[in-house]
Amino acid sequence: MNRFLAPVFAPGFFESSTVHTALIVGTLVAIVAGTVGVFTVLRGQSFAGEALGDIGTTGGSGAFLVGVGLLWGFLIFSIAAAAAMELIGIQRPRGRDLATGIVLGAALGLAALFLYFDTTTTGATITILFGSLSALASSTIPLVILLSAIVLGIAATLYRPLLLGSVSAELAAARGIPVRAVGALYLLALAIAVALASQSIGTILSTALVVGPAAAALRLTRRPVTAILTAVLIGIGATWLGIVLAYDSYSWPPVGHGWSVSFFVVTIVFVAYLLSGVPRQWRTRGRERAAGGAGSTIGEPRAARER
Amino acid sequence: MNETPSAAHEPAGAQTASAARESAPPQTASAAREEVLSVEGVSVRLSGREILKDVSFGIGAGEFTGLIGSNGAGKTTLFRVILGLQASTAGRVLVAGRPRSRRNPLIGYVPQKFLLDPDVPLRARDLVGLGLDGHRFGIARPSRARRELIDEMLAAVDAEAFADARVGTLSGGEQQRVLIAHALISRPKLLLLDEPLANLDLPSGQEVVALLARIASEQGIAILISAHEMNPLLPVMQRIVYLVGGRAASGTTEEVIRTDVLSELYGRQVEVLHIHGRVLVVAGDDPETAHQHAGPLTAAVQIIQ
Repeated sequence: MNRFLAPVFAPGFFESSTVHTALIVGTLVAIVAGTVGVFTVLRGQSFAGEALGDIGTTGGSGAFLVGVGLLWGFLIFSIAAAAAMELIGIQRPRGRDLATGIVLGAALGLAALFLYFDTTTTGATITILFGSLSALASSTIPLVILLSAIVLGIAATLYRPLLLGSVSAELAAARGIPVRAVGALYLLALAIAVALASQSIGTILSTALVVGPAAAALRLTRRPVTAILTAVLIGIGATWLGIVLAYDSYSWPPVGHGWSVSFFVVTIVFVAYLLSGVPRQWRTRGRERAAGGAGSTIGEPRAARER
Repeated sequence: MNETPSAAHEPAGAQTASAARESAPPQTASAAREEVLSVEGVSVRLSGREILKDVSFGIGAGEFTGLIGSNGAGKTTLFRVILGLQASTAGRVLVAGRPRSRRNPLIGYVPQKFLLDPDVPLRARDLVGLGLDGHRFGIARPSRARRELIDEMLAAVDAEAFADARVGTLSGGEQQRVLIAHALISRPKLLLLDEPLANLDLPSGQEVVALLARIASEQGIAILISAHEMNPLLPVMQRIVYLVGGRAASGTTEEVIRTDVLSELYGRQVEVLHIHGRVLVVAGDDPETAHQHAGPLTAAVQIIQ
């Protein structure tokens, strides 16, 4: 067995506590990011997700200056930014991009200042921007578990109102759903998910883990629950494979210098997204044949439906 | 909305909303019928503009009512008031005799605009299921009863064939039917449809109208459907609420679609013409001022409806 696995898992992989921590945190983050990501794509708030991640840079650099854990910095700034977006008017479709853009600009100005103060620590900047999955302390695990539970709890509770709201806010409001409160709670979940993803693969790459697997999953499935499960699986797969490849990469050139986990994760997610488009063409044709939907040039299915 | 009848027209209102309400007690026939919806003297003022002015009408069980008016006449605002999404400045709305609550399961709603990306992984049957319990927290537990009810609703709107297709890939008429099933599944007594024919071609529109008429008669569900043109609804419409510039005239189509009633409502002389089973409302108007009133202008004669 080991003989076959040896080329894949470099020596010491399963014994490394760094790898253990990375696997645990990476898996939790992938679950949370995939779940929230599906709603993010459905609600058309990918830009807000990206902005919350970028704003985490401010939090991360601030946390580094003050000397607390990066995750706290990501968390506090993402949540504060989400609250600001909500107040400025992210709940209105037209105000959405505006609210996001204004808050993003203000926060990044602060990030510039914080990073400017960190003149001697370019390593910190790299960690904040591009992640530190392979350099996580195992002491962060309890907090990651707690935050993941909060986000998954919100997603499960709001599942149906969120779905209906993403179909039509008007329809949801007519059904008595408190659309604004639901939207605000969802934004909180997104902020936490993005903070977690920032911890995993860095602030500016965090959206890739939130939106990427979800976007791929949405092309592959027809049901919301299946889409979430697929997104989670893609995220976990990319994270695990990324960790394995990063560990292996220590024996790759340049010698003595491993490759970034984040690079692998993001690249794998991107490839997954590209691949998800392959069965789509085939499936679309199949569905149109089955449903006789719009765009079908075949006369027979339409007649069959009307019978 | 530019239609602002001068005060002089107000007291003369023989059949308009305010007058109809004052003379309501003698109408024993309408008082006796069980009203699913009673709109009583509703006025709405938004940022200084009067959107609705003393609108009153009632809808009985299983009645098919058309809410007719041009763009800006106040149709959507009236719907929002009925749905509890918009507070009225005056008047009240009763649903089945009680003041309506925010989430009223007795009212089913089919919104006008509905743009869903084909990528959204929501099948027609998922959307119908959300009509049953979309306002609840948590994830729906699948059950045989739930599935059968969804199938029944899909069958009621002839949507079985595309029940498993993504909603975003369906045509406008198909989406409209799925939305009707979504609204019907909570067993409402009143179905509100906001301009369901606006984005449909004529055959699809006729299909939807016929479907709604069938639902009204078979299931005894009252239907209030807004439209800017009344002709597609004439074959099935039992009652009409005719909105002009926020004021309404209501009654049976014979009572409302009359030269005197509509002239009063428009605040100027209009003619109701019956041509080949269609109704035209025209005004011989001065082209200079005609554009201030509702509707497009054709030559010297303005076809309002």
